[in-house]
Amino acid sequence: MKEEIIIAGFGGQGVLSMGKILAYSGIMQNQEVTWMPSYGPEMRGGTANVTVILSDDRISSPIVHEFDTAIILNQQSLDKFEPMVKRGGLLLYDPNGITAPPTRTDITVYRTAATAEAAKMGNAKVFNMVVLGSFLKVKPVVKLENVVKGLQKSLPERAHKLIPANEQAILRGMEIAERLTPSC
Amino acid sequence: MVAEIIKPENIAYAKSKVLTDAPMHYCPGCSHGTVHKILAEVIEDLGIQDKTIGITPVGCAVLLYSYLDIDWVEAAHGRAPAVATGIKRANPDMHVLAYQGDGDLAAIGTGEIIHACNRGENITVIFINNGIYGMTGGQMAPTTLVGMKTATTPQGRQVDINGYPFKVSEIMAQLPGTSYVTRQAVHTPGAVRQAKKALKKAVEKAYAGKGTSFVEFVATCSSGWKLSPTEANRWMTENMLPFYPLGDLKDN
Amino acid sequence: MSELRLMKGNEVIAEAAIRCGCDAYFGYPITPQSEVMETLMELRPWETTGMVALQAESEVASINMVYGAASTGKRAMTSSSSPGISLMAEGLSYLAGAELPCLVVNVSRGGPGLGTIQPSQADYFMATKGGGHGDFHLIVLAPSSVQEMHDFVFLAFDLAFKYRNPAMILADGVIGQMMEKVKLLDPRPRRTREEVLRDTGSWAATGKSNRPRNIITSVELDPAKHEKFNQKLQVKYAEMREKEVRYEELLCDDAEYLIAAYGISARIGQKAVELLRAEGVKVGLFRPITLYPFPTVQVAARAKQLKGILCVELSAGQMIEDVRLSVGSSLPVAHFGRNGGVIHSPNEVVEAMRQVFEF
Repeated sequence: MKEEIIIAGFGGQGVLSMGKILAYSGIMQNQEVTWMPSYGPEMRGGTANVTVILSDDRISSPIVHEFDTAIILNQQSLDKFEPMVKRGGLLLYDPNGITAPPTRTDITVYRTAATAEAAKMGNAKVFNMVVLGSFLKVKPVVKLENVVKGLQKSLPERAHKLIPANEQAILRGMEIAERLTPSC
Repeated sequence: MVAEIIKPENIAYAKSKVLTDAPMHYCPGCSHGTVHKILAEVIEDLGIQDKTIGITPVGCAVLLYSYLDIDWVEAAHGRAPAVATGIKRANPDMHVLAYQGDGDLAAIGTGEIIHACNRGENITVIFINNGIYGMTGGQMAPTTLVGMKTATTPQGRQVDINGYPFKVSEIMAQLPGTSYVTRQAVHTPGAVRQAKKALKKAVEKAYAGKGTSFVEFVATCSSGWKLSPTEANRWMTENMLPFYPLGDLKDN
Repeated sequence: MSELRLMKGNEVIAEAAIRCGCDAYFGYPITPQSEVMETLMELRPWETTGMVALQAESEVASINMVYGAASTGKRAMTSSSSPGISLMAEGLSYLAGAELPCLVVNVSRGGPGLGTIQPSQADYFMATKGGGHGDFHLIVLAPSSVQEMHDFVFLAFDLAFKYRNPAMILADGVIGQMMEKVKLLDPRPRRTREEVLRDTGSWAATGKSNRPRNIITSVELDPAKHEKFNQKLQVKYAEMREKEVRYEELLCDDAEYLIAAYGISARIGQKAVELLRAEGVKVGLFRPITLYPFPTVQVAARAKQLKGILCVELSAGQMIEDVRLSVGSSLPVAHFGRNGGVIHSPNEVVEAMRQVFEF
């Protein structure tokens, strides 16, 4: 198994931490992982993206220009990364703020109304976990129990009380993932 | 026989055991040798030969490690306060003494000395101010007096070209990290006695963790000044001391 | 019990420093490696192992603080990025000249000048050919994973003390900024004063007691003596070249072509090898781990079976000079690499292979 994922959106949407939790979950099930962010001035308030690779074998390049999955949280990122999804790959996006939805037909496109769902849950902070839940529904590359273990490991002790809310958000995300393209 | 004459009861003065037998390379009349001597005596008096690490500069005192029998570290030009910081931080139970001239400390090493003093490193800095670069052949130093002739100011230091002489101790005294800042000289027996007292106090205070001790010596450079040793002493008294007055600037 | 964690390359440098019994870190902030010092200050090792961590006023000061602590036989280190390493050139020369062990980490970025904060491998010349005045070499280790960032802190200190010579970990912005799974080694205690005296008492400035004074210096005004000292250094470097070469070969047994690359370029090169192998091209990866001493003999041995070597570097071509020196004119050696902070993709490397070797 090898999954090359790009997660991209605005700074502050929890893009990097979603990637980190995904990577930690991979470690919990003995996978090799890499987490490679864009960094520098573009991080300050602008767009943020992170490449996460999960693999059963040693990972060669942490930098890739074609992805198995793109998780997209704003229009700029959609414009940039839609063409970089491998043929037959997955594009998952939140429609919030998207004015020009994806057009490719040689990939599988899913939508997750995570912003709206997190608002409904009354906790905007779990937005990224809703997105993660939707992704794991479509591609169960890591088990939920390992995500929880990963959260336990990566969060400081004082934040452990937030884990149940995150777990719930993931489960909610699994329910709202919505397929837009026929399978290919 | 000499041994018969030199009996312990007859000895009025002896070379410090901390001084080695190496002949010093300094020019006649140079202040370095005298400062070395009192430094050796202070180390001996305090009984800290085994617990002292000295830092030698780049300048005339570059070979200082040949003359005092303690462990030494030779620093790059101007970097002694940073080297001293590294030694003291990693070895807080040691006495750390940095020895620098005016080109080393006040020109190329300005950044290092200001920050070491401002952090209040518990080290003693010995600063030899003779208003000139001795080793490289008598060029202008930051401390060169206005009008003073050097190899690079053959017509005399001019303010409009070279700026003003730098009063280093006054600046160090303003930094909260220093606990003892004093300006001394070794041109008379009285001055030597006074300077030794000040140096001893400086070493003790730094070791006690009070902050940085900064001891400036207004010094002669007969070769650089192109004067005889006695003329150099006179010139220093008449010209250097009015601009760089002796005494404690700070004693917390 | 070793511990598994997800960590950034920069963070793991700090963690490994504490675990390997480092006595002192001195540094100055510069992107993309500031997390090294930030992590140390967060971990507060002075409360646990007694390790000192201090923010200096400049890179010039930090390397000289390292010089000071190293003079006393302590395990001292600093980290910086390219422009900061330029400022340390003087200090590195003095450290080598005074034969002091220490660790300098360079998480390099694009130059020349202020350049860019994005990753680069354009400091190969500076790291391997001296990085300061005089005839000297650093021991240079090039990690290509976060795990190696960790492991090489231990290795670099061991080699530095073995040879009484400064060691450098030459990383890049990618290795510094990315997170990977890393197995942390069990902490080694810092050496006690007795152990420092036992291991370094013959040369270090530890306070003169019951022995002749120790003098740490690089000055020698007598040309004959100084030539002798330089010859001694060269003997040491020759011993390193003989005993300390480290490298990795992947899929080289039947290779007709080689991608030679270190650091992040080796990871990208490995992916290119995977892609080319999938097309049936017989290509392998040669990864120097020690950039100094360079695996000269090993590249030359491998070259006998090859039709060509492509050196892939995030520079205009620097390591390629050592590869060419190793193999002479016996086969084509070409360069491919992006620079200025642009990172080549595996596909670009594949394309470069096709163009250069016309298959």
